[in-house]
Amino acid sequence: MSAARRCGPSRALTGLFVWHLPKPAVRQMPCKFMHCCGVANKKWITFQHLNFLKRMYVTQYNKDLSQQAKPKTDPVAPPFLEKKHLGQEKTVIREIRPVSPLHPSLSETSNRNEFKAVNSAAVVEDLATAGGVESKEEKQWKEMKLQLDDLPGILARLSKIKLTALVVSTASAGFAIAPVPFDLTCFLLTSIGTGLASCAANSINQFFEVPFDSNMNRTKNRPLVRGQISPLLAVSFAASCAVPGIALLTLGVNPLTGALGAFNIFLYTCCYTPMKRMSIVNTWVGAVVGAIPPIMGWTAATGSLDAGALLLGGILYSWQFPHFNALSWGLREDYSRGGYCMMSVTHPAMCRRVALRHCLALIGLSTMAPILNVTTWNFPLISLPINLYISYLGFRFYRDADRSSSRKLFFCSLWHLPMLLLLMLTCKKSLLEKEDKSELLS
Amino acid sequence: MAAAAPAAGAGPRVWAGTRRCFSRAAGSGLLAAERGHEPESRASSFCPPAHSCNDWIGPPDRHSNLRPIVFHIPKNESPLGRRLREFRQETQVWNQQFWASQNVSFRKGKEEFVYSRLKAKGLERKDETGQKITLSAEEMADFYKDFLSKNFKKHVCYNREWYKRNFTITFLMGQVAFERAWRRLGWKKTKVGN
Repeated sequence: MSAARRCGPSRALTGLFVWHLPKPAVRQMPCKFMHCCGVANKKWITFQHLNFLKRMYVTQYNKDLSQQAKPKTDPVAPPFLEKKHLGQEKTVIREIRPVSPLHPSLSETSNRNEFKAVNSAAVVEDLATAGGVESKEEKQWKEMKLQLDDLPGILARLSKIKLTALVVSTASAGFAIAPVPFDLTCFLLTSIGTGLASCAANSINQFFEVPFDSNMNRTKNRPLVRGQISPLLAVSFAASCAVPGIALLTLGVNPLTGALGAFNIFLYTCCYTPMKRMSIVNTWVGAVVGAIPPIMGWTAATGSLDAGALLLGGILYSWQFPHFNALSWGLREDYSRGGYCMMSVTHPAMCRRVALRHCLALIGLSTMAPILNVTTWNFPLISLPINLYISYLGFRFYRDADRSSSRKLFFCSLWHLPMLLLLMLTCKKSLLEKEDKSELLS
Repeated sequence: MAAAAPAAGAGPRVWAGTRRCFSRAAGSGLLAAERGHEPESRASSFCPPAHSCNDWIGPPDRHSNLRPIVFHIPKNESPLGRRLREFRQETQVWNQQFWASQNVSFRKGKEEFVYSRLKAKGLERKDETGQKITLSAEEMADFYKDFLSKNFKKHVCYNREWYKRNFTITFLMGQVAFERAWRRLGWKKTKVGN
């Protein structure tokens, strides 16, 4: 309060905000917060006021309260360049004087004076806050003008670049595990083609889901929701990724891989996305969508769809369930309000049962790998610890059915898959071994 | 706050969604009364700067979580452009109504559910410190399931309509963009010709 008096109404009007943290994803939140706490070892960082997109902090340093304030920004600067402002912000630290409490022992006149002072300060603050709130609201209005500087970032978020990277890595793993000599050109073409196809599919998904994404915490900062890009541009981007991507796969790799890529885009955008709002079967369709990229990698390398490809696809298929079911457990409120048909909302017991079932299936599938000549017998043995661990977490989730067990299972799934694929690659049956065996037999 | 006087030769800049720029205190109430629906429509109280020739998008609405857009009307708007703008405006209103009512009914239903569950347990809505008692996610699960199944048909109808509108808007946008490019090409040709 005394800070407002000190700053004067104009300062208060411009809004005291400090630390413009970009809205972190749910997953990243704990890490960033811990980082903040780690950095400020002598400071207490407390949440004073949660404002939309802006956070205000009161910090305590050496027992004195201080408030960091940002000087008024140049109004000419385009609001879209908010992120650039971060680096240029100068924060000013002002000390907040503690407000002295009203003592009843004071004389009447001084009482009245103080009361007047407090009142006028309150009035000033009220006006300031009312005006401040309104001007803050006004500031939140943004011109829908596409800034070319922001375009790469916007397109990256539109195409869910991190998810795309994961998809490309599973396709690459499929390519590498395939029992053929490694061809670098083919590998690169496959990776790029799969990446483009994934970008296209993700963009169309976001294009379809704008009002639903607005209503869910996890997705409310997507580019189309925020109006950073028009729907037309999003669709054009998707088309300009899909066409070269599928063409690259079909012509540069082989038609089978191209067909699988096109089919996967169709499955994700036209089956999975609408089905999310109609039936819980969407989870199984989504699992197939996740299983296809490694199959694509395998077919890119070998040119044919054989048992090894289906095994890899099966492993990814089974993995999707503990991953997604655990994630969806914490989003039940948003799904219910937004009208999404997910197992976690409609059939919670089945949700946990299916997750556990597929964790155990992973053990079985890992054992199938040497039988199908994909890996040596080392693989089921080496992968047993991590498979048992995820099954254990799956069991805990099944039994406890609470937020902490679901989060543990989800985070485990994030490192379990890359580790499993890596182990598979290291235990890959060497081609020389195979050739020797076939020579011996003949 | 009256709209700033347009610069000479700029022509009148009109903004759909804000018929006139009143002072904020009078504006939102008056416009809301004119329109006869829920007050606090953010679009009615915001005035984009006169020199801007783009749409403006605002913060998420309190009830619907959707961001309102104030559409810019260019002085040489074609009939197709006008159709697009009006359709977008209409879709915005339709979306706003659906999601606002959906979220409000969700909150109400949730309150009632929590109240009834707490009552069954013999507890009050607020504890000794005056804080509202919340149920755990597991206890709320019954409500989430119930709410989803109750609103399923509504969502099916909404989805169908939304997909139709989304496609139409995007298609119209494409047509308008093509039309603009064609016009610009036409002007360039005449310039070159001259």
